[in-house]
Amino acid sequence: MNEYLFEYVVHLADDALILGHRNSEWCGHGPVLEQDIAITNISLDLIGQARNFFQYAAEIKGGDTTEDSLAYLRDVREFRNCLLVEQQNGDWGKTILRQFFMSNYQQLLYSRLENSFDRQIAAICEKALKEVTYHLKWSSEWVIRLGDGTDESHARMINAIDELWTYTGELFIPAGYEAKALESGLAPDITALKNDWLNRVALVFEEAKLPVPTAGFAQTGGKQGMHTEYLGYILAEMQYLQRTYPASKW
Amino acid sequence: MLEQQFQSKIDNEIKIEPKDWMPEAYRKTLLRQISQHAHSEVVGMLPEGNWITRAPSLKRKAVLLAKVQDEAGHGLYLYSAAETLGFSRDQMIHDLLTGKAKYSSIFNYPTLSWSDIGAIGWLVDGAAIMNQVMLCRTSYGPYARAMVRICKEESFHQRQGFEILLTLSQGTEAQKAMCQDSINRWWWPSLMMFGPKDSESTHSDQSTKWKIKRKSNDQLRQEFVDMIAEQVKILGMTLPDPDLKWNESRGHYDFGEINWEEFWNVVKGNGPCNKQRLEARNKAHEEGRWVREAAIAYAQKKAERTKNQAA
Ligand SMILES: [Fe+2]
Ligand SMILES: [Fe+2]
Ligand SMILES: [Fe+2]
Repeated sequence: MNEYLFEYVVHLADDALILGHRNSEWCGHGPVLEQDIAITNISLDLIGQARNFFQYAAEIKGGDTTEDSLAYLRDVREFRNCLLVEQQNGDWGKTILRQFFMSNYQQLLYSRLENSFDRQIAAICEKALKEVTYHLKWSSEWVIRLGDGTDESHARMINAIDELWTYTGELFIPAGYEAKALESGLAPDITALKNDWLNRVALVFEEAKLPVPTAGFAQTGGKQGMHTEYLGYILAEMQYLQRTYPASKW
Repeated sequence: MLEQQFQSKIDNEIKIEPKDWMPEAYRKTLLRQISQHAHSEVVGMLPEGNWITRAPSLKRKAVLLAKVQDEAGHGLYLYSAAETLGFSRDQMIHDLLTGKAKYSSIFNYPTLSWSDIGAIGWLVDGAAIMNQVMLCRTSYGPYARAMVRICKEESFHQRQGFEILLTLSQGTEAQKAMCQDSINRWWWPSLMMFGPKDSESTHSDQSTKWKIKRKSNDQLRQEFVDMIAEQVKILGMTLPDPDLKWNESRGHYDFGEINWEEFWNVVKGNGPCNKQRLEARNKAHEEGRWVREAAIAYAQKKAERTKNQAA
């Protein structure tokens, strides 16, 4: 098995799954029915992307690995998602901002990966790019609306930036498998995505009348399996049935 | 005179449209029924939403998410249909949140296991469909059209629910037990979804004359029992009713007496989850307030700026 390829694909899947899972917590509890539907849509897209990546990862790993064994039977330290996506939903503003940061990143990444020599990754990313581009548009509009809405919404966005900014640096620091993927020509240099990412943040924040934080400390580790305490609870909930009734078909 | 014209349209199967004259009681009855129906779709998202983060496979998770999202969409169509009767969605939601408006009592029961998601799809959406298929031909145009869209999705939900149970019924002993337990808990409440017996029902006569309803509560309930009593055999499960028996001469299944005391208790607010459901809706509404306010404020600012630029 190609170890770095497997890990690389799994990290793409984990990012999509955990963010999709977090968003799905909103279903039935959104601020207004139309937005309940919108966030659920995004959640569905992300879970769909995760499934595609997991299915490919399962193929690489072989044996009796499936999309579900990867999602439901790995523990915290084996998950490769970044810290950003596992953060708690908080209020609607924090959820929106987390989505904006991540969609901004995924949009840049997938638009490179759709040209990867790995046909499967390229095909999954080509399809996902359409979705992610929409997520970026939707979340950008909300960041602007909330940043430039009322005093309260503005203050809440400042607070959200405060809570999430520290998790954005990790996106651009390559983990071992990302370095190898770059070396082999499979994936782009993610450090080079940072400028475009920052430019987009600056553009949207300007319209939203929100300040762009100066660099600051970057919390890292998620991509190597060193997570915040939140992930354990996400998995405890998500994996509960598979763990309680092992070897069952659902 | 107007009243006669109105009734003759109904008798001739001509749909009543929002701008047409209608008796005040017709408008009120419809408004009550459609808004209740809309609230049921929205509150119904809660018991099923309860299992989204715990769905046992990625596929099931996606299907359940899509289903609950459909229900939100049904709520939207129905609120729009109700708004054509001159009552705003904000007012309707206010009535829901203050407990003034009702929603289907079935959603005041808890979802305790994964198989409840299957049972809800099969039995609850199944019972809803009996009613909704009839409502596709209801006399009020906007309501009938909303129902046509909704019915297509509901029958999909019912199949998905059945499929969840079918998988469990072919699974391990624990899964089979889980499946039977869910059927036991959801069977009677789903029979209650059709409402009081015809002999006790207060609104039925006039609704039938106005062709809002085209079948009685008891008729629909019987059709449902006949359908489910057959389908449960495919699952190899049983319905929790010792009196359930095919009646050759009637050409229908006989079934036991519903616990009407429980029915009225849940209607009056004493169901196992009445409080939690209203609390959850109120919480979402309160926590969403600043978001809705910000969206309005931003839209106003933007309109203002466009105006100033044009000037
Ligand atoms: Fe429903
Ligand atoms: Fe529905
Ligand atoms: Fe449904």
